[in-house]
Amino acid sequence: MTATAPSPYQVDAHGYYGPFGGAYVPEMLYPNVEELRDNYLRITKDPEFQREFQQLLTDYVGRPTPLFLAQRLSAHYGTTIYLKREDLCHTGAHKINNTIGQILVAKRLGKQRIVAETGAGQHGVATATVCALMGLECIVYMGEIDIERQKPNVDRMRMLGAKVVPATSGSKTLKDATNEAMRHWISNPTDTHYIIGSVVGPHPYPDMVARFQSVISAETISQLLHQTGRATPDFMLACVGGGSNAAGAFYHYLDEPSVRLIAAEAAGQGIDTGHSAATTALGKPGILHGASTILMQTEDGQVTEPYSISAGLDYPGIGPQHAQLFATGRAEFLSITDKQALDAAFQLSRLEGIIPALETGHALACLPLIGAKKDDVVVVCLSGRGDKDLATYTKHLEEYAS
Amino acid sequence: MNRLTDLFQRKTADVLNVYFTAGFPQLHDTVPILKALQEAGADLVEIGMPYSDPVADGETIQRSNQQALENGMTVAKLFEQLQDIREQGITVPILLMGYLNPVVQFGVEKFCQQCQATGVDGVILPDLPLEVYERQYRPLFVQYGLKVVFLVTPQTSAARVRQLDALADGFIYLVAAAGTTGAQTDMNADVDAYLSRTKALGLQNPTLVGFGISDAASFAAASRHTTGAIIGSAFIRLLQQTPAERQPLAIKEFVHSIRA
Repeated sequence: MTATAPSPYQVDAHGYYGPFGGAYVPEMLYPNVEELRDNYLRITKDPEFQREFQQLLTDYVGRPTPLFLAQRLSAHYGTTIYLKREDLCHTGAHKINNTIGQILVAKRLGKQRIVAETGAGQHGVATATVCALMGLECIVYMGEIDIERQKPNVDRMRMLGAKVVPATSGSKTLKDATNEAMRHWISNPTDTHYIIGSVVGPHPYPDMVARFQSVISAETISQLLHQTGRATPDFMLACVGGGSNAAGAFYHYLDEPSVRLIAAEAAGQGIDTGHSAATTALGKPGILHGASTILMQTEDGQVTEPYSISAGLDYPGIGPQHAQLFATGRAEFLSITDKQALDAAFQLSRLEGIIPALETGHALACLPLIGAKKDDVVVVCLSGRGDKDLATYTKHLEEYAS
Repeated sequence: MNRLTDLFQRKTADVLNVYFTAGFPQLHDTVPILKALQEAGADLVEIGMPYSDPVADGETIQRSNQQALENGMTVAKLFEQLQDIREQGITVPILLMGYLNPVVQFGVEKFCQQCQATGVDGVILPDLPLEVYERQYRPLFVQYGLKVVFLVTPQTSAARVRQLDALADGFIYLVAAAGTTGAQTDMNADVDAYLSRTKALGLQNPTLVGFGISDAASFAAASRHTTGAIIGSAFIRLLQQTPAERQPLAIKEFVHSIRA
């Protein structure tokens, strides 16, 4: 455990980020969470683990991902914009940085089976991928509604040998898939590891996942230094559902106050429409999926169902570290509507020849809002590619006829 | 004296605790079901406060939670329903069971106050960690005379069981086997060994077994090494299947069948 956390934004010795975090799990999960908590730092700091992890990130995931100077986008906004190309990772998004790390932890804990939750299916695919690679059994819970609307990813998971189980409880989406994965873990406490897909859940998950994703900002520092002569940008932009790509993009800049951290949340149809997933704008402190955080809920403390055009941002909470970044003002949270995200996704496609994921469209949509000046350097975490969203984009092609 | 403490002083074996969800099947069924359970001879009643995301519960109780929420049940409404039950002759000890978030949003101190005012004797909050209880909430629970129950599973280490036993003052809830509520537990040799192993620890609290207890045979097997057992999902299924007008009689028959 990090007994002497150097940063007020990092997890403390008790598993908290200020008032957020902790491990609010039923006693049935206590031994599993305790086992992970007591071992994750020892395991991940082991040189042999690091060697295997780094090698897989290089040879299998395709890291380092490029830091690309987007010249036409820069000219459009009158500033200097770099794109951190997580969309070029194997499986098409940053999610695999975490699943590679966690499966290596699971193996060292002697686990034989992996359980995971997925919303849009990106984390499910990244999990099914590493399970195939390591020869572990893989069970992915996915909301019944999401299974219908994300069929290509369901088929990818099945092709990779995973068992996709529909979550039929509650609202039948990501939050319920997470509940079902937790219930599966409760029922299989000794031989199963739960690979959570974001910086959410009980301690140590938010910290462990952020550490695996921190490769994003670690690479950005050296690439930016090489390309511009400075290690720190003026702005770092990333989208936040649970917040794993943002946690990785912010990680090494948390204690660099000169870097403005911008988190894009999904406003859906608008924060006042009742169809939104803008957690910090609409939520308040509470407990969700084992952590104290900020979440969208009724006055009576029932968790409400979020909405976003992007299934990856369709989550009623945020990771506890993000809750702390919001509460302390260290990061600025912007609410981006479906329309703004679509505009930004089409703009990037037309200006740079890169079709981004809808999630990433939310981060890109912050560009006109941050007031970046000519000499500023802006980095956008391009968290994923847009192939999975083609059906949605196709519906809007007419609106963006060039 | 707290009714729960009093019960365990009077009765040290075959204690039957029945769980049901508040506001289910109908919003105003809470108090009638409570009365019927008392008349049928339940020793102790556990009322579930419905929650949107009950991770420790299996399908049957999940569905009853969802139905109760759709019926309009809230923590505030539950306290309204329970307001004068003690004046209406309900003497059975009552526990509230639920998840932490609705309690935190209601206000933990206000919740404890309301429990005391309505005559609730104890609480089970499965996702309230022992450490947080000790650090943040224990003085409040003590101040309002509310007993607390902690869960123990076959995977819980002996050292952890002792920690939980040291802070619990209601009873220890022994989860029969790894799983969520309603799981099909056959009372096999493994469960028997776990229960007798726990008995050998000589805990200060009474112990009640839950998860998978559904009939006279499983109740008797579970009670062999413990103070008694808890029935939840099987009772919820009964409520689901019973037409409203038959409810009091069906509850009586159900409790008697467990005692048979």
